[in-house]
Amino acid sequence: MTASLPEDAGKAAIAEKGWWQAHQWLLLRRLTQLSILIVFLVGPLFGYWIVKGNLTSSLTLEVLPLTDPYILLQSFVAGHEIVSTAFIGAIIVTVFYLLVGGRVFCSWVCPINIVTDAADWLRRRLHIKGGARFSAQTRYWILLMTLLLAAITTSIAWELINPVSIVHRGIIFGSGFAVMVVVSIFLFDLLISRKGWCGHLCPVGAFYSILGRYSLLRVSASKREQCDDCMDCFMVCPEEQVIKPALKGKGKGIGPVIMDVNCTNCGRCIDVCAKNVFSYSNRFNNSTLLNVANKKEVAP
Amino acid sequence: MQDTARTLCGVSLLGLGLGVYSRQTHSLPATALRPPGVKNEKDFLSACVRCGLCVRDCPYDILKLSTFSDDIALGTPYFTARKIPCEMCEDIPCVKACPTGALDKELTNIDDARMGLAVIVDHETCLNYQGLRCDVCHRVCPLINKAITLEPRHNERSGKHTLFIPVVHSDSCTGCGKCERACVLEEAAIKIFPLKLAKGELGHHYRLGWEEKEKAGKSLVTPDQEHKYNLPEGLKYEHEGQGLMKDLPE
Repeated sequence: MTASLPEDAGKAAIAEKGWWQAHQWLLLRRLTQLSILIVFLVGPLFGYWIVKGNLTSSLTLEVLPLTDPYILLQSFVAGHEIVSTAFIGAIIVTVFYLLVGGRVFCSWVCPINIVTDAADWLRRRLHIKGGARFSAQTRYWILLMTLLLAAITTSIAWELINPVSIVHRGIIFGSGFAVMVVVSIFLFDLLISRKGWCGHLCPVGAFYSILGRYSLLRVSASKREQCDDCMDCFMVCPEEQVIKPALKGKGKGIGPVIMDVNCTNCGRCIDVCAKNVFSYSNRFNNSTLLNVANKKEVAP
Repeated sequence: MQDTARTLCGVSLLGLGLGVYSRQTHSLPATALRPPGVKNEKDFLSACVRCGLCVRDCPYDILKLSTFSDDIALGTPYFTARKIPCEMCEDIPCVKACPTGALDKELTNIDDARMGLAVIVDHETCLNYQGLRCDVCHRVCPLINKAITLEPRHNERSGKHTLFIPVVHSDSCTGCGKCERACVLEEAAIKIFPLKLAKGELGHHYRLGWEEKEKAGKSLVTPDQEHKYNLPEGLKYEHEGQGLMKDLPE
């Protein structure tokens, strides 16, 4: 089979598995993202305080503190001692992402993900090609820069322009400026740089990539020998470079589990693959030998 | 290599711009007051994660998170005294809610809060300075007769009345802003300013004679000696309030 057109990515899977099956993880992800927004919003809108605060730090049902470890790290570098409730919250969050994969924040929680996914979807439909290219390492340099800047300015400087928290805070606390940030990021990803923000620049994502370096939950190309090279997974993947070693590395003795830190565990590849190559797995299920044994067990 | 250099250059430029911008946000506008428990702006900006939990737990909806139009470090909590002042809750819920200690938990008595300092900025419009008995700032003060007192002065204009001049005492004023909110003028004559703008500071080498004398229990310089006057014959000077006397021959 030859590669399908960008806008046709996933059509084969729909024909093969049906629309719902071919969108199950995408729908579950959107449901999760919206649910998180909703639990934050029922407090300010209806007065039922399930969760107070926002993504940088929150308190759930008056007992569970959750804090973004990245912002607390910046605070620490800026000179603030972090022995506080926020520290406990950051540990809880860190342990969670150590298990499920750091970038799960990006694809399952972050409100910007919906924006950049929409931009990428439209980009494929409108056949927009080219644009500015950033080195794959840019986000890590920006991450380093934000930490240096925190130390030099003794303030959490990145928060002045961080679109992730600006948008989330804007939605929860009501600030019209969030709309402008959303539009800017959308247009940037649509017209200026393909997968530019989440895939190349965002230091929050870079931080969570590093956090998830040794995470347990992974996507695996467990039935990679069934791959018919349709390229649909590459088309929809927000970090397409992560797929190739796992999918095509059998000859080189590379296991089928996607071990790249930048994989967001979004599961879109599982959705769009008509041949059911991909599935959620764990990092230890990565032997090239095990692969043969697993073939029978994996759900259709 | 070239790619790395280009990336580094771009990232550095971004960092430089952001750094300059962040320095600017350190200068908080004088009208924006921080919630109780903030010692100084520098420490606060290293600690506040902009979660808004203080805003949520303020029972009077006084605190706001700043937005881009405010000239305040983005997303940080503040209040404006003239619009809505701090109610000085005894249990200080905003400080309790803060997860990072940006609002210092050591503040347990709201009277110890120093959100700013009230200053009579305009003597020319303050009604009490005109000899009227407005007294509103004094009467709304939660620490009445401690943070704001009324000091009697002679009214030179009428020649026979008393001015009751409101005087703010920094050892008691919490900067809650009730006086600024209540000032009856179109533009308040009493305003809350951040401490660094409102408060003078004596040179550290300064010693006030009368305080030192009290501390030591005695004069630290040569004791006062009786003054010698070189007066014309027949005159003498008496100290006990009598002044120049004619020294009448007996």
